[in-house]
Amino acid sequence: MKKLIKIYFIMLIFLAFGAKAQMSKGEKGTFALTNATVVTVSNGTIENATVIISNGMIMEVGANVTVPEGATTIDCAGHYIYPGMIDSGTNVGLVEVGSLAETRDNSEIGSVKPHIQALTAINPNSTVIPVTRVGGITTVLTNPEGGLIPGTSALINLHGYTPEQMYAGFKGMRINFPNSGRRGRRDRRSDDEIKKALEKALKELNDVWGKATEYSGMMDAHNSNSTNPKPDYYPEMEAMIPVIKGEIPVLIEVNAAKDIQAALTWIKDNEVNAILTGVAEGWRVADEIAEAGVSVITGPMFSTPTRSSDRYDRRYANPGIMAKAGVKVAIRTAETENARNLPFNAGFAVAYGMEKDEAIKAVTLNPAEIFGLGDQLGSIEKGKMANLVVTDGDLFETKTTIVHLFISGWQIPIDSRHIRLYEEFLERSPGLSK
Amino acid sequence: MKKIKNSIIVLLCLVTTIVVGQPKGDVVIKGGTVLTVTNGTLENTDVYIKDGKIQRIAENIKAPSGVKVIDASGLYVMPGIIDAHSHLGISTVNEATSPITADVWTGDVINPYSVGMYWALAGGVTSIHAMHGSANVIGGQNETMKLRWGQTDPEAFRMQGAPRTIKFALGENPTRVHGRGNGVNPSTRMGVEFVIRDGFNKAIEYKKAWAEYEASKKKNPRAVPPKYNLRLQTLVDILDGKILIHCHSYRADEILMLTRVAKDFGIKNLTFQHANEAFKVAPELAEFGAGASVFADWWAYKFEVYYSTAYNATILTRNGVRTSINSDSGELIRHLYHEAAKTQRYGDLSDDEALALITINPALQLGVGDRIGSIEKGKDGDIAIFKNHPLSVYTVPQYTLVDGVVYFDINNDPDDMRVNINPEESIEPVILDENHERCMQDTEWIFNNK
Repeated sequence: MKKLIKIYFIMLIFLAFGAKAQMSKGEKGTFALTNATVVTVSNGTIENATVIISNGMIMEVGANVTVPEGATTIDCAGHYIYPGMIDSGTNVGLVEVGSLAETRDNSEIGSVKPHIQALTAINPNSTVIPVTRVGGITTVLTNPEGGLIPGTSALINLHGYTPEQMYAGFKGMRINFPNSGRRGRRDRRSDDEIKKALEKALKELNDVWGKATEYSGMMDAHNSNSTNPKPDYYPEMEAMIPVIKGEIPVLIEVNAAKDIQAALTWIKDNEVNAILTGVAEGWRVADEIAEAGVSVITGPMFSTPTRSSDRYDRRYANPGIMAKAGVKVAIRTAETENARNLPFNAGFAVAYGMEKDEAIKAVTLNPAEIFGLGDQLGSIEKGKMANLVVTDGDLFETKTTIVHLFISGWQIPIDSRHIRLYEEFLERSPGLSK
Repeated sequence: MKKIKNSIIVLLCLVTTIVVGQPKGDVVIKGGTVLTVTNGTLENTDVYIKDGKIQRIAENIKAPSGVKVIDASGLYVMPGIIDAHSHLGISTVNEATSPITADVWTGDVINPYSVGMYWALAGGVTSIHAMHGSANVIGGQNETMKLRWGQTDPEAFRMQGAPRTIKFALGENPTRVHGRGNGVNPSTRMGVEFVIRDGFNKAIEYKKAWAEYEASKKKNPRAVPPKYNLRLQTLVDILDGKILIHCHSYRADEILMLTRVAKDFGIKNLTFQHANEAFKVAPELAEFGAGASVFADWWAYKFEVYYSTAYNATILTRNGVRTSINSDSGELIRHLYHEAAKTQRYGDLSDDEALALITINPALQLGVGDRIGSIEKGKDGDIAIFKNHPLSVYTVPQYTLVDGVVYFDINNDPDDMRVNINPEESIEPVILDENHERCMQDTEWIFNNK
């Protein structure tokens, strides 16, 4: 029996390592990207410019930059360099095949689960990761789902072999704010049932927040003076302490206009360090969001209007309307396998009224700043992490191709399962006859 | 007497040709960049639509007095977009009560009030193939419709004269519904093949029984006819080439399976819907002459689409398979022009090749390629007009016309385009998280009751 297990193990090892390597490797080094049009996002566009990458960082940017000795020079004539795009809300790494529960690690049991960490279950070898990054998305926020407090989201760079190697420096606590909307056209609850569920959820949220505030206070009291009682072990409440203290921001998922208003009041009343997410009807209350000074992560844009009476283009126009009102807007896809559509979400926002520069910011610098990483990510500046995309055209244009890709200074091959299948099957061999 | 008879004939002709709620318009679209799809791009060209048909395509057409003129200078004029896979405009999708339900028809449940049809018009769509769902191996028959939004008579939405089509479905959906849901065949892809062959074999027997009856009737006035069976008769119609098959499928093996079954039963016209793995058997599909109607980039939402590639449409096109891009979604249908453009990121299709995926190719797959799908003289005046090239991410549809009648005008339509408003709805619901894939709609009860 023992022998059998041993053989089984050897077989498993063979399966794991004997299989053809999935993707070619990234490469670290000093790179000089020359003759490019550099869209810095923070300091305008520089023609005929060079970007130097070393030690994972952007060392130099500009038209008059000396290429250091030993650098690998990549001629980017006719090409554009943009900061890597950031998708501010996905399930990348947590979900592999949507319909298979065994491959879905995004929704833990329970309603209040602030102790649940997305980062721990991110699969660095998910097929989705290369598929996403070759679309120019270098960084994604990966969200846990379900319940009132789904858990802690993590910002990750789409390169690395452990969650730690991928972690990009931001965590946020998700809260699904009590929702007066319907989950879909087949949500057949009566208006009364929805109202009751809303009230119940709001009570639950306030109870949790109150309890967590109390727990945090007790813990502080105990820590400053050990004669004060230490609260009992309570992982949920422990996870809430940095949230209550404002050290970890709250990502408040809220979509219907009146729920957004309620959330803004709740944020103010409880002095919460908050970011709004979803915000499908933000355009209805854009001025109020702007006045509250709360940042917004909105999307997906590829959605039908929330109300049948709405103008058909409201979801496309939403980010632009909020940005014009003065809201700091980031765009998310809320996707897993198709987070690669992030540039198209932004492109549609532009087609339906958002300023192009604003839309670029909405997938680069704005999310970086919203995540408190404005000094590290989101633009092409000396000293920032070298997350860069080299394209043969406009960042959002559909037919634009990603030519080179750098994530934290590593040159990443333009390679994914989708590309490999293309290469294998465009001219299949054998064809019709073997 | 003869006079009366003649006038009755004339009257009958009028009744059959003028269908209520299917107005035909006269319009001149002036000065646009005309993307004909089949005959290249014509700069600064006018399109004259008369009585709903494209009458002339030329420079400097003088609009006859009283005829509406659309100034398309600086705009792009293309054929109306055709979605070969939609579930819009019908009130139910799946008759999930048997592995074969060839006797039902989505044309019986047209819902003129589904505002999603207007949203599709606002994305340049003029025709949809309103399909039965994918719960059954041989599902119901489908309806090819034109989006004559605002009409309240279901009849107004039919595309008169379009060939009959029927939905087939392979793989996970029918095995889940019938095998695992109801404990009957099929629960595997083996069972799926059997269900189809069994259905056709029974149809052949049924046809034979009727043929024998018709023959014996001549000699024996007391001959008893076989019991009429609409389900089997529909299968006979498929075998007789009167109904086109549109088959929901994903994996390469099941796609090949149906081509073999089709060959065995002499079926010539096959279009595979979704067909995420069609690229793996593209040479075989080309040889058979089967079409594929695919998503631009949907994958990984279930296991049978895990080994997909967004290059599917390109590989198929390059291998000579007639390919279209469809939506299967009330959301995606609003930007099929963008989905088509993705073949220029995932592959290198030319503008005409990419546009063909949402115009002439789906038209041909639905058997209406001689009437819609390109801007050609004599074709229906179904037109979409865009600001910026329709394959650009920055494009915005401006006007959509069906039979020369404007149904979408970005500058003049009110925000609220609903045709009926539910008086029982005190507060209009806010709908979040609209489910994308509707192929399995109306099957939940099978699983919820267990």
